[in-house]
Amino acid sequence: MTADPSALPAPEHAHLEGGGGAWRLSGALTVRSVSAVAEALENAQGELDLSGLTRLDTAGAYLLQRHAASLRLHGAQADHAALLERVASSMPQPPEASQTPFSFVQILDRTGRMVAGAGRFLVEITAMLGVFFERLGQIARHPGKLPMTALVHHADQVGWRAIPIVSLMSFLIGVVLAFQGAVQLRQFGAEIFVVDLIAISILRELGILLTAIIVAGRTASSFTAAIGSMKMREEIDAMRTLAIDPALVLFVPRILALLITLPILGAVANFMGLFGGALMSWIELGISPPVFLSRLIAETGTDHVMVGFVKAPVFAIIIGVIGCHAGMQVGGNAESLGAQTSSAVVRAIFAVIVADALFSIFFAMMDI
Amino acid sequence: MAREVVIKLRGISNVFGTHAVHENLDLDVYRGEVLGVVGGSGTGKSVLLRCIAGLRPPQAGSIEIFGQDALNCSEAERREIDQRMGVMFQDGALFSSLTVRENVEVPLRTIDGLTPALRRELADLKIAMSGLPYKAGDNYPSELSGGMRKRAGLARALALDPEIVFLDEPTAGLDPIGASAFDELIRGLSQAMGLTVFMVTHDLDSLHACCDRIAVLADKRVKYTGTMEEMLKIDHPWVHEYFHGPRARAAIATKEKAL
Ligand SMILES: Nc1ncnc2c1ncn2[C@@H]1O[C@H](COP(=O)(O)OP(=O)(O)OP(=O)(O)O)[C@@H](O)[C@H]1O
Ligand SMILES: [Mg+2]
Repeated sequence: MTADPSALPAPEHAHLEGGGGAWRLSGALTVRSVSAVAEALENAQGELDLSGLTRLDTAGAYLLQRHAASLRLHGAQADHAALLERVASSMPQPPEASQTPFSFVQILDRTGRMVAGAGRFLVEITAMLGVFFERLGQIARHPGKLPMTALVHHADQVGWRAIPIVSLMSFLIGVVLAFQGAVQLRQFGAEIFVVDLIAISILRELGILLTAIIVAGRTASSFTAAIGSMKMREEIDAMRTLAIDPALVLFVPRILALLITLPILGAVANFMGLFGGALMSWIELGISPPVFLSRLIAETGTDHVMVGFVKAPVFAIIIGVIGCHAGMQVGGNAESLGAQTSSAVVRAIFAVIVADALFSIFFAMMDI
Repeated sequence: MAREVVIKLRGISNVFGTHAVHENLDLDVYRGEVLGVVGGSGTGKSVLLRCIAGLRPPQAGSIEIFGQDALNCSEAERREIDQRMGVMFQDGALFSSLTVRENVEVPLRTIDGLTPALRRELADLKIAMSGLPYKAGDNYPSELSGGMRKRAGLARALALDPEIVFLDEPTAGLDPIGASAFDELIRGLSQAMGLTVFMVTHDLDSLHACCDRIAVLADKRVKYTGTMEEMLKIDHPWVHEYFHGPRARAAIATKEKAL
């Protein structure tokens, strides 16, 4: 073996000399030096003497073999010749490239696929929803099947741990509402109505909607990432072969945990929003807390609170189902995991807002 | 002829919590040889490989690669060493969001002046050399079989024509024909380019077909090193069982038939 033990970092150069029909290559022809002589070799023809080569690697051998038709190689050392032969025996054989030109048909094709994809998404989401309720039914009949440990774990993750961020957000919303309301209402001497403003907007809309949006961002993404990475590593397939129902052990505890905790988070948000509003009203407008409270109780009907809370379970199911569904869509690579995670968040937030709009229309028509 | 030592391990210890995997381990790897590393499951072959490849510093001991201290060197020096080594992981460790060809191109991108076309062709060459069909280059790792992923892992490890390659169970999961082609490939590359191969394997046929020397990991150290013939004479119970068990006899028989 004549491998060159000299330190590699020494710059490697290959020299091509000669002309007419006789060429001579010397120096080290390796992956680091091939680009320098690649172009010169393109134009060389005839005989190529390799006896001056000190180092040759597969990249160099490949370059030489590529020109084997126009250059006759000779004088290679034994180990270089062996390498040349090995490379020659495995030269890649690209098949004839068949390029389809960009056309109108392609645009139609892509549009069609997108529409069909959107349709399929709705069907799949509905199917996922159906599976969830079916499994809930199973659990109702055989309560022993409920994965209690997982449920508690997820309730902790999606509910308990979201309390700080949800509280802070709604406290600030309450503060902002009070402040903005104060500026406007003071012009009419109607400061006291700031209580109604805060109470109605927080209890009816903002408390639960903003909570759902935060939870969608936090939880839909984590559902997708967790289920998706299991899907990626074939763990879900493994479950199926072990006769474990992925829907029962993965989807039900997650969605159920959301269903239980989202209304609680909504209540926390409502309380903190009112608290922030009351605080700001006291500072800004001098409405003392007892006054705020009595006005709140006297003027705000419980139906505002009900309207808010009716939405919570719907939002919870939307977020959970979209998150779990996106997780199951993850393919075999890390990129699709990222893509699904972010699209799960976007879809969940979008769907929550659409649902909220539908609720508003519904309640308006019902005069509630 | 004094052979050049390319990897020199002295007094290596690797400990996970209270569980010592290696204690005071010594090993020399010579230039141009194919070293087979054997040992029972969990004896720390993969850990040793990660240790030499610089992925996990040992708790104690020294590692010299190409005569350079690999543990106490600057980052630039370490990168230089890394460029001269290639690693093929036990489960491929391909980048899942790149095609096989792009995976092989990743190390080639570190070379200045290589045109994209040439880079692509070199990647195709490495893919072909590791025994994959041309169109596998366009596939993503998740679209390949386990054995094909191994080959793609090898193609990436060989992309820069390293001086040392580390192979973690290269033939596990390959069909017997593919496995012997693999052995031959390793053997051929080692002869043609003076490639040094550090190969963790359980495949007795591979050990017979392509290893110059075998190192046995047992009792937290490299207990024995030597040629296949020397291994057959050792009477340590595990080593004896390993090289004389029913599978070993079958491997010896095929080897004799081949001669
Ligand atoms: N990150 C880690 N944390 C804790 N222990 C580890 C870690 N990595 C490896 N080990 C332990 O080190 C020991 C050796 O592991 P290693 O993967 O090197 O085994 P191996 O010899 O390669 O086995 P196999 O032949 O099955 O691949 C095992 O007991 C393993 O539990
Ligand atoms: Mg291992």
